[in-house]
Parts: sequence; structure tokens; C-alpha cells
Amino acid sequence: MQLKDIIGPVMVGPSSSHTAGAARIGRVAYKLLGEPVAHADIILHGSFHTTGKGHGTDKAIVAGLLGFRVDDPRIPESFDAAKEAGLTYGFSHADLGAEVHPNTAKLVLKGKSGKEMTVVAASVGGGRIHVTELDGLTVSFSGDLPTLVIHHIDQPGKIAEVASLLERKKINVASMRLYRARRGGNAVMVFECDQEVPAQDVQWLSEQEATVRVIYLSQSHAGGALTHV
Amino acid sequence: MYDTLAQILGISEETKRPFWEVVREEDCNETGLTPEESGRELLRMYRVMKESDAAYDPALRSESGMVGGEGAKLAAYLEEAGADALLGSFSGTVCRRALQMAASNACMRRIVAAPTAGSCGVLPAILISMEERYGYAEEDIVKALYTAGAIGGVIAARASLSGAAGGCQAEVGSAAAMAAGAAVQLRGGSGEQILHAAAIALKNLLGLACDPVAGLVEVPCVKRNVIGAMDALSAADMALAGITSVIPADEVIDAMGRIGRELPENIRETGEGGLAATPTGVAMRDRLFTSEKAE
Repeated sequence: MQLKDIIGPVMVGPSSSHTAGAARIGRVAYKLLGEPVAHADIILHGSFHTTGKGHGTDKAIVAGLLGFRVDDPRIPESFDAAKEAGLTYGFSHADLGAEVHPNTAKLVLKGKSGKEMTVVAASVGGGRIHVTELDGLTVSFSGDLPTLVIHHIDQPGKIAEVASLLERKKINVASMRLYRARRGGNAVMVFECDQEVPAQDVQWLSEQEATVRVIYLSQSHAGGALTHV
Repeated sequence: MYDTLAQILGISEETKRPFWEVVREEDCNETGLTPEESGRELLRMYRVMKESDAAYDPALRSESGMVGGEGAKLAAYLEEAGADALLGSFSGTVCRRALQMAASNACMRRIVAAPTAGSCGVLPAILISMEERYGYAEEDIVKALYTAGAIGGVIAARASLSGAAGGCQAEVGSAAAMAAGAAVQLRGGSGEQILHAAAIALKNLLGLACDPVAGLVEVPCVKRNVIGAMDALSAADMALAGITSVIPADEVIDAMGRIGRELPENIRETGEGGLAATPTGVAMRDRLFTSEKAE
């Protein structure tokens, strides 16, 4: 923990896990989608479902989907803001499993251009979050850093391909994780980086052999049109 | 962040630099910020605290309806009672601020988690009221925030700051220890006195359950911020008077962590035990959940 985690963050109350973390889950999901959200099915699990309403978890997630930050004073009125922005949403609850963190939300998103994405994320305390699933693939990242998620077919050289690109671009890797379903099957690499990965490089990665899909989480302020600055 | 308060005090005494400066140096090492940037960030936190304090709205009610308007009631009472109020004028002001900030948090307003949202009223109540009373410069408050942050940081490293892990002692207890150390520093106390104040404040809230009604950050959380602030003030004055804590601060923190682990889960932010399990607490939860289902 750093000083800023002790004196801070600045946030809209009442709960760092149920309000700030929830808003962050919404915002990271919106940034992963990479465009304004047109419709969201919001599925609440565990304590997010049981005590979420009293904590404004519902309003906070919708605020995040609009791109609001955790300290945005408009969070309590996010339902009205969603109406204005043309974002529709539905809430439901589900038991996602005994081993799933109690403060977890599953967001099934459809963007303005029709792009779809499903994000599962947990609020793990102090407003920090973990993205645990992306379009059905198991991942694990905080959403605090520029993050590359590469869905590919398990074969030799895929890590080196990304690593050498990042080296050429002088992008430092903060963390790297690799998951695979089975040998030679579906695999996912997650790189958390200290610097942004330029759009053309993300594009290049997505065009490589045996790459199924690349999802990039940018931390730059110039996100979608609804990004709150 | 350092793992012990004794270490910070040791460096401070060895190098003949103030306690807060040792903390700032460590923050700069960790973050790569310059001392100026690091200080600016803390000043921003303090200014947000003041904005939140000024923005208190007595008309606001929490989603459950259990919280709202307390700060205005206390303000009106203190105004009328004047010096006759049991708390006296300064303590009364500190209580009012702690109540207001915690209520603003419950009503979805913007606050600074310090160290948590549930305990966000303690530190600003002390700092803003002391600035008002003694006329400290903002840079003095920033120095006090380094000290408060170090106390919270060592608690995070050795024990916990979360009610779910350690009960309310980890939230309001930690906030009180942080505020007590900050207050001693503002009054010109020594590094050693800062540690004694933090130790005394935390000791006096050891074992405190986290038993929120219906699982919401409202009852008893809002009023617990008041006891945290009063605990901090009395601990700071005791330390400034030369009263010491027999158990050193780092050992008190360890005891808090151990007690936290030993607390039954139903009084660790689950909303199942303690006040939440009283007939009134249960009725409140049932009312809230039934109305939710009916929607």
C-alpha cells in the first residue's frame, strides 16, 4: 500500500468496495469495450446483490459504464445520466459459484456500433478491482495499468512475439500472465504495462498468426465520447 | 511504506529530521514523485476534505432513511448551549464535523477515504477544526497528513484497515490513531509523543465490532466516527501531557491485527451479528429487503 491508498482515494460514498469498486468495474468494462455502451445486462453476485442497493452499487456500475470516475459527484444521479446518454440497462442476480468473490458483477455489454463484450470483475477492497473473466476467458488484472489481453492458440513463440514488440517500443511490462485451456488449445496472455501501447501496434498484434483476438485497455483520458475528464 | 513506527522514529531521531519528513522521503522513493508533487497530492486530499465539509447538506437522507440531518441537529444544540454543552465548544465542533462527513458518505456524497470510506469523518474533523482554531497553514496540515498516513500505512502492513478483516477497530480505530498522531504533530509534540498518541488511541478502541445494520455503512458507522474523533483528541492531549503508552505502538498494532483475526465472522462487516442481529436491526434489514423485492 502507498500513502495515496491510506489518505485517499477521493470517492463518492458510502463504501469503497460496494460503491467505488463498483463504479470502477463499470468504467473498466466500458474502456475494455472501447466505445460508448448502448445496452448493459448487469448481473450481481453475492454481497453485491444482497447489500448492493443500500450502497448504491447499481448506480455506481451504471455511472462507470458511462465513463464516470469513482469521485464523480454525478454517481447518485447516474440513472438519469444514462437516459440522456441513451444507455439502457437491466439488473438481475445470479450465483456465479462458491469460489467467486462475494463482490462480483458480470456485465454483458453491447456498444453503440453493435460490438459485444462480457466482463466479469470483482471489487476486492479499498476500491481496487480484479477483472476475472473476459468473453468467457479466465484472466486476472487490476485495470490500473494499460493492459493487453491476447486470445490466441497455444503454440511456441507467441510470448516472444509480444515481448519483442514491447521491447522495440520501449514499453515496460509490469506483470504478465498466461492461461491455457489445454496444450495446443485456446490460450490467453495478459500483459500489464507501464506505458500505453499505440493503436497500430495493438492492430499489428491482432493480425499475427494464431492470434484470435486482442483486447486493449487504455488508461489515456481520450477514451470514448462519454469519458469524464 | 515502513513496517514499524519505531523504525520511522529511529530514522527521524538519528538524522535529526522531523517524523513527517522521513515519511515523505519514503513516499517519494516509492512513487517516483518529487517532494513538491507528493505534497501537492496530499494538499489536494485536504482541500477535498474541506470541500466535502463545506458541502454538507442537512436535508440529505441515506437510501435506507436511517441517516441524515444529525450534524445540523448537533450544530443547533451547540449553538444554543454555547459553553454549557457537555462537550465544550471545540470538542463539539469536532463531533459535528465527524458526524457530518460520515453522514455525507452514507448519502453518496464525495469524501476522502481516510483510511476507509466508513471512517472518513475522523481525520478531517480533527484537521479542519484545528486549522480553524489555531490558524495553521495548509503546509502544516500536509505535514500532519504524512504522519497520519505513516500510522495508517504501518497498520495496513502489520494488521488491517478493513472492517471485513479486522472489525471496526481496523477502520475507526485506525482513523483515530492516525488523527491522534497528526494532532500531536500539529501541536508541536515530539516523534515519540506521536507514537504514544497513536498507541493510546488505538488501544482504546481495540476489539470494536463491525456490525452494520443491514450491512450498510450507516448504523453504527456514522456515530462511531464521533467516538473515533474524541478518542483521537483525548489520546493526543494525554500524549502531549507526557503520558505514555505502556505497550509500544507497533505492539498495539500487532494486538489489533491478532484480535481482528480472532473476531467471529458475524462481527466482521457481514451485517449478521452485534447490532445488526438485534430485533430492531433485523426488522430494519427485513424492511429494506422486502421493499427492494417489491419494486
